[in-house]
Amino acid sequence: MNLTVHVWRQKNGKDAGRMVTYQVKGVNEHASFLEMLDVLNEQLVAKGEEAIAFDHDCREGICGMCSLVINGRPHGGHERTTTCQLHMRHFKDGQEIWVEPWRAGAFPVIRDLCVDRRAFDKIIAAGGYISANAGSAPDGNAVPVPKEQADRAMDAAACIGCGACVAACPNGSAMLFVAAKLAHMHMLPQGQPERAKRTEAMVTAMDAAGFGNCSNHYECEAACPKDISRDVIAMMNRDYTKASLGHREEESKAEGAG
Amino acid sequence: MSWFVGYVRSSVGAKTIMAVTGLLMVLFAIVHMIGHLQMFGGQDMYNAYASFLQSLWEVKWPTRAGLIAVFVIHLVSAIRLVMMNRAARPVKYAKYTPARSTIAGRTMALTGLVILAFVFFHLAHFTFGGVQPEYFHLPDGHGRHDAYTMFVRAFQNPAMYGIYFAAILLLSMHLAHGASSWMQTLGLRHPKYPWTDKVGPALMVILFIGYMAPPTAVLLNVIKLPGA
Repeated sequence: MNLTVHVWRQKNGKDAGRMVTYQVKGVNEHASFLEMLDVLNEQLVAKGEEAIAFDHDCREGICGMCSLVINGRPHGGHERTTTCQLHMRHFKDGQEIWVEPWRAGAFPVIRDLCVDRRAFDKIIAAGGYISANAGSAPDGNAVPVPKEQADRAMDAAACIGCGACVAACPNGSAMLFVAAKLAHMHMLPQGQPERAKRTEAMVTAMDAAGFGNCSNHYECEAACPKDISRDVIAMMNRDYTKASLGHREEESKAEGAG
Repeated sequence: MSWFVGYVRSSVGAKTIMAVTGLLMVLFAIVHMIGHLQMFGGQDMYNAYASFLQSLWEVKWPTRAGLIAVFVIHLVSAIRLVMMNRAARPVKYAKYTPARSTIAGRTMALTGLVILAFVFFHLAHFTFGGVQPEYFHLPDGHGRHDAYTMFVRAFQNPAMYGIYFAAILLLSMHLAHGASSWMQTLGLRHPKYPWTDKVGPALMVILFIGYMAPPTAVLLNVIKLPGA
């Protein structure tokens, strides 16, 4: 296959950046999208040009490292597919393809197609854990969890933190990510004691990072490679309102003193 | 009260404000529409209804004050959210392909501003009598303000009909997205009740038909002036 690829090139965070057009020749239709970029990079290096920087790691759809907005859709817009699992057979010979980084103020571009997703780490650090001293792993079935609850917790826990939800959202909102992280703990008994505090802390961290607000377009749900449902956002909204209404000032003071 | 300020400023809290104020205005829109459907009941019924509303000053003024407050809060909150959302994506995509969002959803800010302009026009027209003053202060023979004749005269003018048609269409579009969104925003949306996503589109059709039925009947000469 021969392709015309428009790629975002940006030297560093301070550079304004621009779209650059490349011709890629002899792409195997069984190659993944990332392998097509590898081929393009080899052609660029052979010509003495800088290779295009893009994120990738496991290349089997589970690490959450690959990104790329392809033809205006995160991960190329195929259902439950990450960019590394997107194959060139979905494209036509001679097609024009636009490749851009995730676009969000909270995800600044580091170089070309690589963005800094540490804002997600800050949200997790704010409350995405259970702070009980759990000791060694409990015996199987020692903590009873109904199958349906376990399934829903697992569905939410499938989030790989890639950021496609933020990239897809017209408002650059991270609510699907944050809500998934909250839901996977709040579906389980271990998540209950810190439920209100955790929800408040993670939503506050999300707002502080400069993500936008949900306008209920559900572009995030369509873009999610792990098919996470917008139901988790409704759950987060409900929990956050309950946490705010039931917030006790003395609790946070006591905690600060301790 | 610090928790309340924090809540209102947060992303989730600001959206709750939009949902609650929006819902209150939707309820008003439904009641207002039902009121105007009484145009089909004739001059006496409509004028009696209008004069009944005007006589309830204990209800009228608190309702007006409440509506203005709700409207202003909705507007201010919307402006703040739109600005924050624009700031969250400083560099736009060269190519962006929406997958699931609707035209109604993506144009909420625009249709909202048109509705704001329309509300001013509508108040100037039927509340303050500034748009067609010649039809505004007519008595109806029972010592009541002849709201019926005012309504008929207004929509016998095709240009006036056109303005209301366009405004009601955009208002319905705005509510198509809003009336489906509020349950999700308040966290009430649940897979057990999948029909909640259809509330907005259904309300859009009901409000558009309900609001445009009396003016359309006037334009088609089904609703006529008394004695005409």
